[in-house]
Amino acid sequence: MQSLIASIRLVIATMLICVVGYAAVIWSVGAIFTPWTAQGSLITDASGKVISSQLIAQKFEQPKYFWPRPSSAGKEGYDATSAAGSNKSPTSEELTERAKELIERYGATPDRPLPPELAAASGAGLDPHISAHAALFQAQRVAEARNLPQPEIEKLIQQHAFSPGGFLTPDRLVNVLELNLALDKLASSR
Amino acid sequence: MTYAILFVAFIVGGTALISWPLGRYMNWAMDPAVPDTGAAGRFTRIFQLFGGPLTRAPQDWKRYMLAMLVFNVVMFVLSFGILALQHVLPLNPDGMGPIEGSLVYNTAASFTSNTNLQHYSGESTLSYLSQLGALMWLQFVSAATGIAALAALARGLAGRKELGNFFIDVQRASFLVLLPMALVVATMMVLGGMPMTFQGAAVATTLEGAEQTIARGPVAAFLTIKQLGTNGGGFFGPNATHPLENPTFWTNAIALSSIIIIPMSCVWMFGRIIGRMRHASVVFAVMMILLLVKITGAVSFETAPTQAFAGLPIEQNVGNLEGKELRFGTTSGPTWAVITTSTSNGSVGAMHDSLNPMAGLMPMIGMWLNATFGGVGVGMINMFLYIIVGVFISGMMVGRTPEYIGWRVEAREVKFAILALLAHGLFVLGGTAVFAATPWGTETLNNVGPHGFSEMLYEFTSASANNGSGFEGLGDNTVPWNVATGTVMLLARFIPIILPLAIVGSLMAKRRTAELAGSLSVEGGTFATMLLATIIVIGALTFFPAATLGPIAEHMIYMN
Repeated sequence: MQSLIASIRLVIATMLICVVGYAAVIWSVGAIFTPWTAQGSLITDASGKVISSQLIAQKFEQPKYFWPRPSSAGKEGYDATSAAGSNKSPTSEELTERAKELIERYGATPDRPLPPELAAASGAGLDPHISAHAALFQAQRVAEARNLPQPEIEKLIQQHAFSPGGFLTPDRLVNVLELNLALDKLASSR
Repeated sequence: MTYAILFVAFIVGGTALISWPLGRYMNWAMDPAVPDTGAAGRFTRIFQLFGGPLTRAPQDWKRYMLAMLVFNVVMFVLSFGILALQHVLPLNPDGMGPIEGSLVYNTAASFTSNTNLQHYSGESTLSYLSQLGALMWLQFVSAATGIAALAALARGLAGRKELGNFFIDVQRASFLVLLPMALVVATMMVLGGMPMTFQGAAVATTLEGAEQTIARGPVAAFLTIKQLGTNGGGFFGPNATHPLENPTFWTNAIALSSIIIIPMSCVWMFGRIIGRMRHASVVFAVMMILLLVKITGAVSFETAPTQAFAGLPIEQNVGNLEGKELRFGTTSGPTWAVITTSTSNGSVGAMHDSLNPMAGLMPMIGMWLNATFGGVGVGMINMFLYIIVGVFISGMMVGRTPEYIGWRVEAREVKFAILALLAHGLFVLGGTAVFAATPWGTETLNNVGPHGFSEMLYEFTSASANNGSGFEGLGDNTVPWNVATGTVMLLARFIPIILPLAIVGSLMAKRRTAELAGSLSVEGGTFATMLLATIIVIGALTFFPAATLGPIAEHMIYMN
């Protein structure tokens, strides 16, 4: 009985300090120093309408846009309320089937093989990045669809490429949404 | 290759360096000098004020254990209540509905036992009150329970008359160890770009005109204590692969380090309390060797490209990217998989179900051994069980009375240790056998053949190791899975805490002898080898047959 009373007193103390106090402090840090990312890094258009989060992949199917990695989030993919990976074994035939569809969609051939991340779904299905290499792979399609010179598209990709871990990572990535926004801007300025 | 070595050295080596001063700090916080004057003493008096009259006197091992159990029952009941009533409680901006009964049981058991196995997706099931008031709270106090238990065990081995007071220890662990670290790390995470908001989901209109609803929430606070307390339960379903739960390479690196920092420091704290730092160094080294072997295995097996893409016009030079995020780099996925399962954390930085078969075996080995640093507090306690068995076997081999730092280890203690170690095997293998033979398991699989068996084996392994990661393809939100794993988690949490405390209670009833020249030294290479052998023999003999039916069979059949 005494143990129960002591336990309940501890519940109150830990709830107030470790939950209420701790969450309030961290929330304040976000609200003061990084209000934009603390709200989920939402990108808005000129009229203030939310386009997406900088961190979240969205579906792109039109040829004039760069396409993100395939997604297993939700039934249609890219569902940011039910993020999920495929959870298929890398030996699974279903992955082979999905890869074949993607190869056809991208028009990949043995001479021009598909960069692997464009065939492999990410863990949450919301990976906002592809490698600069995979963006360059798509440059020709985008250039043709927009009637823009391909070198200009490739230049844009290089401008947006970054190393996520500095000297610790060899790969250079691009954020698909940011690249597409820059693409729209480039097209409208001409 | 170079980048892989650099990455692992950066994470594991860097964290090992920080663990030394942190172990010293934890010793100060958890085990202040007697009589405790000074700052630590002032804290003790504040904690006595919080806890009331029962906290002023020290406890023997039985009272200590009883206090721990009562507190844990209260934890379970309260979180059960919050989860069951979340639809009528406040802080629910997205209007989450009621949760099914067996899932409430499973979730409350999971977070009380420091497991954080999740048969739900947070962003589509839980209110913010459930996330913070029930689950995040348990992430603090369940971790604190583990640290308290280790401190008590170490005090007993140090030859003190009393084990301390549980209600004081759990506050020291919560307020002096976990809270300050969580404040520092969560601040870094928020500044690193992680969300921390109480607003509901955002509705976006994509560039192509579709509507996209983006779940968000108070992620940074939740995520940090999830890592530090070896809890592992994610705010979002896919855990730390979710871009809002792990936005950059650097948040990923901090998170990885946070997973393993307290388990490492616990070894040093243990060494300081028992006053045997050289012994602690040997134990640390044994854990480190096993950890690095597993990381090497997972990283190298994961460099094989996705087998399903073989022969297709897809570049085959990058390794298996299924279930991985690009921003963390290629080494992070398998490294995280090993670190999160070596400690009983269970958060994931890549989907374990989609790891190459042999790479997916490494996390299972981590959970079968469950003592290569292990969970906060309890990892070192598990290692203590292996040590007891190890010194007993080596004592028998050389024909001397087995003893551990001056305590004579006899049949009673070894029985308790073996019982605790065998319980793990029984839960994992027994549970898998039942579910593999019945529709309870076979109708919930997401993959066929040996990989389907691996999904069930992994689920029971994770529950029994109090880990919480999963081969997430498994459709595990069913009544049989919820009830079975919920019960396994509770038993597998408390048996390996109660039995070691009972061993210490039994040792303390004896007279401690001086260590003689003829005693087995617990500080050298001989002891390290013996300990390694004990861990490998017990782990391998118990689980190897099951491994051959799952990941090893899959590797043999499918990988060229």
